[in-house]
Amino acid sequence: MPFRYLDDRAIADVAFEAWGATMEELFISAADATVSVMISDLSMVRPREQRHFKLEDSSADMLLFNFLQELIFYKDAEKLLLRAKELKIWQQGDHYAVLANAYGERIDASRHELLVDVKAVTLHRFSLTSGPGGWKAELILDV
Amino acid sequence: MTICKGLSRVSETIWEIRPSYKKGMRVPARIYATDKLVRQLDDGVIDQITNVATLPGILYRAFCMPDGHWGYGFPIGGVAAMDPDEGVISPGGIGFDINCGMRLVLTNLTYEEVKPRLRELVDKLFARIPAGVGSSGSVTISQDDFRDLVEKGSRWCIKRGYGCEEDLLTTEEEGCMRGADASKISHRSVERGLSQIGSLGSGNHYLEIQVAKPENIFNRQIAEAFGITIPNQIAVMFHCGSRGFGHQVATDYLQIFLKAMTAKYHMNVTDRELACAPFRSPEGQDYFSAMKCAINMSFANRQVILHRIREVFSDVFHKDPATLGLKQLYDVAHNTAKIEKHCVEGRWRQLLVHRKGATRAFGPDMEGIPDIYQKAGQPVIVGGSMETGSYLLSGVASGAQSFYSTAHGSGRAMSRTQAKKHFRGRELQQQMEARGIYVRTASYTALAEEAGAAYKSLDDVVEAAEKAGLSARVAKLLPIGNVKG
Repeated sequence: MPFRYLDDRAIADVAFEAWGATMEELFISAADATVSVMISDLSMVRPREQRHFKLEDSSADMLLFNFLQELIFYKDAEKLLLRAKELKIWQQGDHYAVLANAYGERIDASRHELLVDVKAVTLHRFSLTSGPGGWKAELILDV
Repeated sequence: MTICKGLSRVSETIWEIRPSYKKGMRVPARIYATDKLVRQLDDGVIDQITNVATLPGILYRAFCMPDGHWGYGFPIGGVAAMDPDEGVISPGGIGFDINCGMRLVLTNLTYEEVKPRLRELVDKLFARIPAGVGSSGSVTISQDDFRDLVEKGSRWCIKRGYGCEEDLLTTEEEGCMRGADASKISHRSVERGLSQIGSLGSGNHYLEIQVAKPENIFNRQIAEAFGITIPNQIAVMFHCGSRGFGHQVATDYLQIFLKAMTAKYHMNVTDRELACAPFRSPEGQDYFSAMKCAINMSFANRQVILHRIREVFSDVFHKDPATLGLKQLYDVAHNTAKIEKHCVEGRWRQLLVHRKGATRAFGPDMEGIPDIYQKAGQPVIVGGSMETGSYLLSGVASGAQSFYSTAHGSGRAMSRTQAKKHFRGRELQQQMEARGIYVRTASYTALAEEAGAAYKSLDDVVEAAEKAGLSARVAKLLPIGNVKG
């Protein structure tokens, strides 16, 4: 898994770092890290429904913030557990944009071992960085 | 005595950090803790409470309650009062789960009467009150009705038969914050919360059947004033908030504030989770009105859950709720910002008090608490771990020192990942049942994360609060049944 949970901060909440060779890969890793807080086995999420969305923001890190919030929104509004699959991120003038296809299914307690609900993405110690090895993000989810 | 750099002892349970500790601190930061609790403080608390002390318009001191721990923006347990005219409002000083709070309901049943029916009772509560990831409640309403509900709070529920007028009298703000304005909430927030009225949520949210044993009554007179009059009396306590609706309101305004804070108001904060706007600004007032909607949604959520509790008890014992003495003792919030009147350095004034993971604890004879509790002081409900029990406290006159605020829980001592390594949910459930606590859970992993040993001792927390003069112990309530989110 291209993410790991960080135990040494915000002990009542869940901190993780996620990484990827490209920004798209990183976004997918961070999405899986977020959904993995809520269910024990991501492979149990069948691609039965598709949601297609486009988001824009003035910075790459706030784009990631909004992207993860989108998945949390679908979890409550439509009871959908989604995994991001096809992503395209680009810079458009002074804005960043992401076009995403996410696949998943409705929460089913008989099939999904449920863990803890994610309330929100926090901006406390939220970081998105790039280096020779690719992209990395660190953030804390409120649970 | 100094435990860590910058922290000086003021008294047995009061510690202070001077403004010289960090650039930009406008007031000192004060932490309430016993020796034991201060040694358990995590690194984040000191950093975060001193960040709070830098916020524009903060008055007197930034406070951290005895259960304080590392949060985001404010520490959990953080209290800050702002000058409403010169100061800011910050969603990070309230939390994403706006008006997360506690409700305590009494019965006239004893432990001996409930024990034979305990499994049935817990099983039915578990079935009637949805809990866990993305759980939906049992109230189906339109978006227009939801917008009406968030402006009216518990009153909306009473009109539709979910409870009685008397419930309102024992709810903070009588279950409805005036000034809630649904035109200030987003469509997304409505979509997130629409189906969730009457649901517990997950994490540390729970519903518990508890017993008040005679040896755990610390102040008999106040306990009686609160309605605890029978040996081994059974109570029901639950903890939940404004669900996805409140989370989305906070998220929406965090982003609005981030943009306005620098571009429009030329303010900078040390942590983006402290994003804020002048309270009197259009953004500040819009958030205040939207936040009140989330406060009301949370009151309504707990009101519907109370109604379900009455239905289940009535069903199990074949008696109506009144005959079973099912009466709400109090409902109190611990994630809010409210305008209150306080005396600061000899002068009475209106303040905007942020409490994040801290409970309002008004003392006797204060406006804003029910008439029946005027002599006793405001009931304060402090939830403990599911293994060790919870407390009922009362507000005291000396609480003025912290704008009448006290602890809200025990505070985690172990991260969720660590807890999962140490405990197994099913084993824990069996061990608890052997000790007389019957638990139903939406998630065994989540159950392991909430093990008693993952939390600080609530006994230590309420002792610190009492010694510091923030609140006084009335009764300790021990769990016998638990519905875990």
